[in-house]
Amino acid sequence: MRAIRRQRLYLLLLMLGGVALAVTFALRSFNENLMYFFSTTDVVDGKAPADTLFRLGGMVVDGSVERPGDGMMVRFDLTDYSKQVTVEYTGILPDLFREGQGIVSKGKLNTEGVFVAEEVLAKHDENYMPPEVAESLKKQHKSTEVQ
Amino acid sequence: MRFYHRMASPPHFYALTEKLMPWISVIFLLMTGYGLYLGLFVAPPDYQQGESYRIIYIHVPAAWMSLFIYVVMAVCGGIALIWRMKLAEVVLISSAPIGASFTFIALVTGSLWGKPMWGTWWVWDARLTSELILLFLYLGVISLYGAIEDRKTAARAVSILAIVGVVNIPIIHYSVEWWNTLHQGPTISLTELDKPSIHVSMLIPLMLMATSFKFLYVMAMFQSARVEIIRREQNSQWVKKMLEERA
Repeated sequence: MRAIRRQRLYLLLLMLGGVALAVTFALRSFNENLMYFFSTTDVVDGKAPADTLFRLGGMVVDGSVERPGDGMMVRFDLTDYSKQVTVEYTGILPDLFREGQGIVSKGKLNTEGVFVAEEVLAKHDENYMPPEVAESLKKQHKSTEVQ
Repeated sequence: MRFYHRMASPPHFYALTEKLMPWISVIFLLMTGYGLYLGLFVAPPDYQQGESYRIIYIHVPAAWMSLFIYVVMAVCGGIALIWRMKLAEVVLISSAPIGASFTFIALVTGSLWGKPMWGTWWVWDARLTSELILLFLYLGVISLYGAIEDRKTAARAVSILAIVGVVNIPIIHYSVEWWNTLHQGPTISLTELDKPSIHVSMLIPLMLMATSFKFLYVMAMFQSARVEIIRREQNSQWVKKMLEERA
């Protein structure tokens, strides 16, 4: 490689490195703002904002979904497999809302520490399989649980 | 070295692409036809999403292409700046509108899927936002090239933009791992290629479509690169000679 070309190459690499470094610092300092939602552990540990709207994400705990009263109100627990938060929501749930599935909801904490949601979005996971495979996986799972 | 010089020469590129084009078109058509047939008719429905998941056969290949084409552009930008190779400039500038189209398709199909599945058309999470920035980068490359009258200056400016913008590519790729996002994590990951989270009957059509989109890109890029070469070299001997021969 001729000297002038090598010089150009170094100049470009330097430029790219500089931009990458600047972007890394910027992203690190805005890390909190780039998080789309808080986890349930954040909420229990008091890291989530009080009195303002924020998003809470987690898995719907199996068997926790209940409808107290006759209305549209749903109550369920969310977990990140370490700590749980109870959520109340009045409205239509998305198609993929299921026990054991991930969701992201927007709302506020009330005084009793219950998250009152205004919006519930389903967070789809990365698994794709035919119904029969899902069924047999479930059976396997159950039989290992029994053992 | 001789091969390299031949590849870099516009008349050679023009003649070679003309010969390759029918082959690429046939492979593209066969692969797309078979991939869509497998994906839309043969592959089973998903256990959670039912039939709606089939948008994956357009959405995911388009999203992969949007990243791939940008990397190609950045590499071409580097070659154009360091070695002053004109063909690299041509490939860069011809790729931009194609990359922008794939990005647009990925965003629109994702949005159409998001409404029934997530319950919303759009959210400002890290994955969706960084992919939108990629669309703006593509549009930036196109308009920057158009805004500068002098071809040489324009090509250099665009090369630098393409190289700088490439930092967004790892951000898009890792956004779902670095931050909490509504968008799901990777189904097929390069580090765990042996165990994808998708059933093999659904994976095969997906891979077929991903490969066919690569051919689609090459086809479209060759076509517009040929036009760009003729435009740049309209006063050169070989173009005049070729036009005379064909007239």
